[in-house]
Amino acid sequence: MAKFFADAREFLPILLQGVWLTIVVTAGSLVLSTLLGMVWALMRVSRLTLLQRLSAGIVNTIRGIPILVQLFYIYFVMPQLGLTLTALQAAIIGLGIAYSAYQAENFRAGIEAIDKGQIEASESLGMGWALMMRRVVLPQAVKIILPPYGNTMIMMLKDSSQASTITVAELTMEGQLIASSTFKYTSILSMVAVLYLVMSVPLILFVGWLERRMQQAKR
Amino acid sequence: MIELTDVHKSFGSVEVLRGVSASIRRGEVVCVIGPSGSGKSTILRCINGLETYDGGTITIDGVRVDRASRDIKSIRTQIAMVFQRFNLFPHRTALENVVEGPIYVKGIKREEAIQRALELLSRVGLGGKANAYPAELSGGQMQRVAIARALAMQPKAILFDEPTSSLDPELVGEVLTVMRQLAEDGMTMVVVTHEIRFAQEVADRVLFLDHGTILEEGAARQVLTTPQHARTQEFLRRVLTPI
Repeated sequence: MAKFFADAREFLPILLQGVWLTIVVTAGSLVLSTLLGMVWALMRVSRLTLLQRLSAGIVNTIRGIPILVQLFYIYFVMPQLGLTLTALQAAIIGLGIAYSAYQAENFRAGIEAIDKGQIEASESLGMGWALMMRRVVLPQAVKIILPPYGNTMIMMLKDSSQASTITVAELTMEGQLIASSTFKYTSILSMVAVLYLVMSVPLILFVGWLERRMQQAKR
Repeated sequence: MIELTDVHKSFGSVEVLRGVSASIRRGEVVCVIGPSGSGKSTILRCINGLETYDGGTITIDGVRVDRASRDIKSIRTQIAMVFQRFNLFPHRTALENVVEGPIYVKGIKREEAIQRALELLSRVGLGGKANAYPAELSGGQMQRVAIARALAMQPKAILFDEPTSSLDPELVGEVLTVMRQLAEDGMTMVVVTHEIRFAQEVADRVLFLDHGTILEEGAARQVLTTPQHARTQEFLRRVLTPI
């Protein structure tokens, strides 16, 4: 145990740099996936068949390709098409796109769960589609969307480790590098695991709180 | 003001409206009665463009109602609707429900809209409930908020789709009282209802609908007390003496 703490003092500062990149990748891809997911979802629930089909096609394509392959594609293939990205940019864009499909499905489910009577009431007041979405549907859908959204956040935090495959020196990669050069696998990987836990447990508790609030709101 | 000419409507292979023609004049209160599935609600929903119709025409002051047209929004601001299940916005207070249309659809100034909404809420007997959320209100109170929400649009007419059918019996009266008041104030109303007594007292005219056609129509007293058609007689007998 004493050895573990000695290792911690020595290597924790390096690992914390990895933590920082993990947070940057997670936050960046979370924002991007939320924005894109909302676009796909709104296209899907729009009244234009063309947009609906386009959205379904995009979401299915993204869902049908492994995240790793998408990351490799953006990092290694895009430069050949003339778009060179840093590893960090590629990771955020790749994970953001990959997760936008799951976000979209969650948003769509939340929007479609809104009672049809709400839509009829809005229409009978003379509201157009956009106004109805903004004032009536989305404010109610948020309550349904939030708990699964929290779960997606937790998954994205952990899946940000995939950025290591395209050389982003986030937590997992830093841990792996230190461990393989010092052979202190036990203490280093334990530290990595604990650091992930420290980041995800607050999120897990937050999701639990959201779910309880949601239950109360139902009445 | 509201004109229906030979309106047809099918859901798949089921023909719900088979050539309905009717004319509703300004200030008139028309009750639509008939067995369930006869197409009563569908008529209202077509008038407000919530449903498309397959044949015939519906016009409001000469403007054709067409769900796909650009005019539909402006038609809906002129013809308000009150629903069987209230359809209040649960995330907004009674007051916010009432001002939603005036502020965001008609572009009326917030202070002015709130002022008017408070007056309307008092008028339906809910002056003290302006800041209550729908979940905190009884069914009768919710329906009265819904009526205030409809009135706030200053409509030419209000369509009521079985406004008391999902209320506990002891709450029906408070809603009917508000509706009776509206009728006395000269509001044009089309009411789909099973409340025969209400129809008798308040309606100028009654339409009896059966299998998607208007089987009988006329002055309320005449249709409800001396119905000509056997189907009307049987329906009224069953509604008025259920046991």
